[in-house]
Amino acid sequence: MSDSKERLRRTMMFVPGNNPAMIKDAGIFGADSIMFDLEDAVSMAEKDAARYLIYEAITTIDYGDAELVVRINGLDTPYYQNDIKAMVKAGIDVIRLPKAETAEMIHELETLVAAAEVEFGREVGSTNLMAAIESAKGVVNANEIAAASPRMIGIALSAEDYTTDMKTHRYPDGQELLYARNVILHAARAAGIAAFDTVFTNMDDEAGFYRETELIHQLGFDGKSLVNPRQVAMVNKVYQPTEKEIRNAQQVIMAIEQARIKGSGVISLNGQMVDRPVVLRAERVMRLAKANNLVDAEGEYIGK
Amino acid sequence: MEIKETAMAGTLESSDIQIMLSAGTNGYEFELESDVAKQFGDQIKATITNVLEAYDIQNAKISVVDKGALDLVIKARALTAVQRALGIVDTPNWEVM
Repeated sequence: MSDSKERLRRTMMFVPGNNPAMIKDAGIFGADSIMFDLEDAVSMAEKDAARYLIYEAITTIDYGDAELVVRINGLDTPYYQNDIKAMVKAGIDVIRLPKAETAEMIHELETLVAAAEVEFGREVGSTNLMAAIESAKGVVNANEIAAASPRMIGIALSAEDYTTDMKTHRYPDGQELLYARNVILHAARAAGIAAFDTVFTNMDDEAGFYRETELIHQLGFDGKSLVNPRQVAMVNKVYQPTEKEIRNAQQVIMAIEQARIKGSGVISLNGQMVDRPVVLRAERVMRLAKANNLVDAEGEYIGK
Repeated sequence: MEIKETAMAGTLESSDIQIMLSAGTNGYEFELESDVAKQFGDQIKATITNVLEAYDIQNAKISVVDKGALDLVIKARALTAVQRALGIVDTPNWEVM
């Protein structure tokens, strides 16, 4: 997965692991990542059933460009090892570990994933990992968790368990998550991986959802975990670049291309120096513009 | 392989299929309920039969209530029912998948 570092991950949509109707339709909502849930969404008696259902879905259904993620059961459960084997055999893109608290937990997961890759003839290293941070201990150890393995592609905040652990609950203004969000974001950026914000569960509070999404967009999160397909378009709207940002990005990319042809390293555009961070930002704006259908195949702006 | 205990997998929700397996003595004895039995009955039975054969089960009573399940769902539910019926939920046969 050569594109795993730079791909867009604005939306990671939860799909309950034992629900055939939702699993078969999961690809039609345009989520960047689809996260099949074997953990909290599946009752104890149906863990095996969900595992085979997801296995068959992954190996049969074409989910297009979406990144396929599965949330397995935690390593303190009897389902953990069989979940790993089935998902590696199926060729899942990413395994998401819940309740991550230490780098050792990632190392243990990585060892089992590598063993399963050998057992089922998958290329060793082809299964990526991510971790959900759901406790104070996880936040304190976020740096070592994010950097625990070259397979890691992201870390996510899971606020329901976290706020319970912190002896609080979720408030509309999100102040109680301020520290955890910033720690997780910094750990992710320092390790060069993606940062995902927590779910927003009150579907009736659309204004609250936009407020929270705008906040995490401003902070720098890659995106958000979602529980309802309706939220995909809402997140994409927040992450959509403006026409001005797109035109500016086009100029930056054109200018850097001309500088490359002339063989000069530093360029200036409209009196401003254009260096590497500006170019990287411009490239990300163009990726977002393409994903939102705001530019055509040639990169020309076609928004309204 | 002999079926050890009667086992069931799947639900009666739309797009799902409920499969119940119990011990039999006379090959595969199907009982199928489906709105699309006329069009897809044979295919549903064939998918389940393939799974039973893969586990080398010779005799079984198979009671099926289909709610419009895709083939992949039928296979997943059959796999689950077989492993439960054989008492191997915790040590699945990975070769068959």
